[in-house]
This record gives sequence, structure tokens and C-alpha cells, in this order.
Amino acid sequence: MLAGVAGGVADHLGADVLWVRAAFVALTAVTGAGVVAYGLLWIFMPQEDASVVRDVPRRERQQALGLVVLGLGVGLAASALGNSALGWIVGPLGVAVAGAAVVWREADEAQRRRWTAGARPSGGWRAALVRVVAGALFVASGIAVFLLGNLDLGQVQFGLLAVLATLVGVVVLTVPWWVRLVRDLGEERRQRIREAERAEIAAHLHDSVLQTLALIQRQSASPREVARLARGQERELRNWLYGPGGYRRAGDTDDPARQEGLADALAVAAGEVEDTYALTVRPVVVGGDRSLDDALRALVLAAREAMVNAAKHAGVDEVSVYAEVEPDEINVFVRDRGAGFDPDSVPDDRHGLADSVRGRMTRHGGTVELRTAAGQGTEVHLHMPTPTGGVPVGVLDPPPREQEPA
Amino acid sequence: MTTPTPAPTTVFLVDDHALFRSGVRAELDRSVPDVRVVGEAGSVAEAVAGIAHLRPDVVLLDVHMPDGGGAEVLRRVRPAQPDVVFLALSVSDAAEDVIAVIRAGARGYVTKTISGRELAAAVRRVRAGDAVFSPRLAGFVLDAFSDRPGAAPPGDPELDRLTRRERDVLRLLARGYAYKEIAGELFISVKTVETHVSSVLRKTQLSNRYELSRWASDRRLV
Repeated sequence: MLAGVAGGVADHLGADVLWVRAAFVALTAVTGAGVVAYGLLWIFMPQEDASVVRDVPRRERQQALGLVVLGLGVGLAASALGNSALGWIVGPLGVAVAGAAVVWREADEAQRRRWTAGARPSGGWRAALVRVVAGALFVASGIAVFLLGNLDLGQVQFGLLAVLATLVGVVVLTVPWWVRLVRDLGEERRQRIREAERAEIAAHLHDSVLQTLALIQRQSASPREVARLARGQERELRNWLYGPGGYRRAGDTDDPARQEGLADALAVAAGEVEDTYALTVRPVVVGGDRSLDDALRALVLAAREAMVNAAKHAGVDEVSVYAEVEPDEINVFVRDRGAGFDPDSVPDDRHGLADSVRGRMTRHGGTVELRTAAGQGTEVHLHMPTPTGGVPVGVLDPPPREQEPA
Repeated sequence: MTTPTPAPTTVFLVDDHALFRSGVRAELDRSVPDVRVVGEAGSVAEAVAGIAHLRPDVVLLDVHMPDGGGAEVLRRVRPAQPDVVFLALSVSDAAEDVIAVIRAGARGYVTKTISGRELAAAVRRVRAGDAVFSPRLAGFVLDAFSDRPGAAPPGDPELDRLTRRERDVLRLLARGYAYKEIAGELFISVKTVETHVSSVLRKTQLSNRYELSRWASDRRLV
């Protein structure tokens, strides 16, 4: 008629619509409960897909019938007991139990399992029993008082109390359900976060790795270019996966000091040399990171120049860079296993080592030590004292992150 | 220490990328006569069965695999076959990955960009009972054993602290020195360098220092 509730109920019960409507009308005529029931059903009943075909098994029909009979019996018993005190307890309790039974019966298998599972962890069976009994008592007393108030006294206060007691009872009875609901919400939130992370990773891989792979396919005729692309991409991905400010520590990137640490600066310098001279430079940094000041910037530039020298003159495809940060000094070693050279025989017009490395270091109070011989490789040792101790960039290892669910 | 054996070192490859396995196999078979790949596996279960059946000298182990990765293989094989030696081989540079497999029992860690010749050398070295520390692994271990201000005092001084000499050796490893070069630098024999590195490996595996245990437990799969 109005919202199709009667039709839905009729469908659900497998009865004719007419009967259901008649029941509603009868209920409305007697107590006005019909209107309330209609409204509640309208609000709370899920709408069913029109295409669903229902067939109600015989057993279920019998059970339903049994329940109706039980409810009627309890109601009759209650009224037969009349105004004796026992009647006021047994009657509503019976109604409540019958109601709970109906709810239980109407739930599908999965829901039932969930309810039992939800009831279990919150304090074991004893607690569950206490809760159910207390809830049932509340509901029963609520109904009892309500009836009492309506019939005899008609006091509004009384009625309110009764409603309140009933509500408390209902809440206590449905605790497991609420717990479950909260848990479901949490689970859904986690799912969403996971989804967002997956999207972020996919987006990143698309922007970087897939693009590079496409470029590599186009450049496949030039091995040098392919190696350069692959190396650059590898470095970028590595940094994103494991480096500071990358994917793992994305939450910390707001920290401005983190952007410009010695380790990052060295990694950037190494990356530039890798790209320009097509060889591998992978720095290892030990000790807490430091934020860059003028002296450290000079140190990084000197180290970069040393890498460039190794790349240009040593004839190797790998250069080792090792930086050790100590409280009062920083040491950087740039080493190759290449040709080596005799420092005395370097022509005067070559300024790389003299100016770019030694000059930079000495201007900021640092020293350079060179160890090389023809055929022995070269190691440039850059030493920079930091008497003030420098400013640590956070801590190299952030506090352990919350363990994510596997 | 072992005398050089005429029989080739048998190697078992564990990696979930078939392409990578065939690449390593081809490179080892072609360029190194005394290292022979006897089998390979693409999953943890296959690896456990294959290693039990073939009894290789050395297992080259990928860190990232489905079903628990290299650490899981180590956990399942080592109790039954303590004489099999593991060398971890991975693209990962994260301390969590490196330290986790080392603490699970691998005797070394090299990255997949290593050349065939260097890989063969690393295989021979772990077979002979030594440890293989890449510069990066050396850096991680130095970091883990450093005494930062405010760090908790070590619980077991024997395990939780590196000797001065061990620290020197590790530093040179991190600087890219080979054992022979380290020996020359510190005026000690190569044998002594090996002893120091093995001792560092033992401490890395057994120490309860905060960083080590955290890195080992913090391992995430990418």
C-alpha cells in the first residue's frame, strides 16, 4: 500500500498479502501497534532483490507455526495467571524469550555463527550468561512495568522508567552485535588503507618502472643507454623502497631536516656520477645522518669530484663510497680498483684534485689523503672534523613502525 | 681449514624468478668450471625437498619469495641438514632483509648485481667456512654494533661488542677492500682476516643488540 511492507512481509512469510494487511489493520484498531510495527519494518527491513525466488521449506514453516503457538500459549498463560505477581514476570519474560527465538531463527547460518563468535571472546560463557539473564530481566521488567503503568496508573514517569529499563536491557542483550559492528568498521577501514597503498604503489610503478621499460625497448640498440636507464631506474626504485623519504617513510617527509641529510646528498651525488659516466657507485653510510652545513656541503662536493675522477680516469665500472659519521668527525672514502696513478706526475693544468677536492676541504678545515700507485687503484680519504657535533637529522633509524597485519 | 678439493662445489639455486635462475646457472656453468649448479627451486617447498634430496654444498637463496622467503627455507632446512651452507642473493638493500637472513643462518649476503666471477668466489668462500660480507652488509653491522649515546648497555659483552680489530676489518670491507688488501692494510694474514669476519658473523647471528633483533623481526615483504 504505502511502502510495500505488507507485501514484503507476506512474501517472507509465504502468506497472502490480504492476511498480512488484515493483521496490520487489526493491530492498529486494537492498540495502535500496527502503525508502529509498519513503520519499524519499513525502516529496518532490508529490501530484497525482486528476482529472488523464495521457497520456504516445510520444516521452517512448521517451526514458525510452533513459535506462533508458543507465543500465543505464553500470552494466554500470562493472562490466565491474571494479576498475580508471577504473571507479570512470566508473561513478559515469555514474550521476550519468544522474541529472541524468532530473531535467532530468522538469522541465517552465517549470522548465527558470527553472533556466537562475537559472544564468546567477551568474557567467556559465564559472562555471556550473566549478560543475557540481566538483559532479559531488564526487558521483562521494562515491559512489565510498562503494562502495569498503562493499565493501572497511567503515570508518565513510570512509563519513561519502563522504556529506559527496556532500552538498557536491549543494549545489554545486543552487546556482541555492537562489538561485531565496531570490529567490522575497523576491518573495513584497514581494507581501505590497504587499497590506497596498493594504488600508490601501482601509480609509482607506472610512472617510473613502466616508463623506463618502454624507453629501454626503444633504445635497445644502444647498450650503454640501456645500462644507463636501467641503473638510474634501479637507483630511483631502491631509494623509493628503502631510502629515507621513500615509500616506507612517506609519513616522515614533512620533516624538513630529513630532506637534506649527508646520506641523501651523497646518494644524489653518486647517482649523478652513475648517470653521467655509466658506472656503478653505491655509497654506504654508517652512523647517524647529519643535516648539511657549509662544511658538509663542501665535503659532498669534494666526494663527488673524487667519484668523477675515478669514473673518468680509473677505467673501472664500479666505485666504492664509504662515509662514516662520528660525533666529532666525518670520514668519506672514495675508492676504485682501477689504473691508479703517480700523484707527482699529474700535469699542472689538471685542477680536479688540487682545486675541487683539496681546496674545498682545506677551506672548511678538512684534510685529504690520497693513496694510489700505478696499477693499484686509488683511494681518496676525505676527513672533515665537526667540532660542534653537527645537527643530527632525526635518527637514521626511526622508531619501530607499528606492525602491519600480514 | 679445508684443503682445496678437486670435486666441484655443488650449488642449488632458490629463486622464484625462473629467468634469474637460468641466468645465474648459465653464468656459473659457462665461466666457472669448479662450481656446478645441481638443481634449482622456485618455491619454499620445492627448495626444502630439493635440498634434502640433492644435498648440495651451497644453496644460493633469494630473500623475497612467496610463503616466507629465504628465511623460511633456512628455518626448515637447517635443523635437518646443518652442513649445508647458505649464501643469500637478493636485490634488496634493506637492513631488515639482509640482517634477517643472516640471523636465520645464512653465511653471507651478496646483491644480484654481482658478477659471475665474484659470485663464484663468494660461493667458494662460504663453502670453505668463511663469511661473505658485501660493503653494505658490513655497513649495517657496523651501525648495529655502534655505541650511540643513549643506547642500552650491551647485555653480553662477548656477543654484543665488536673488538677493535673486528671493527677495523669491517670498516675496510665497507670501503670496498678485498681480504688480501685488508690483510696488507692491517699487517695481518688473510687467515686472520677470515677469522675476524667469521667472528663478526657469529656475533651478528647471536647477539641480542637492539638493532639486530629489531631488523630481524621487522622484515616486511615487498
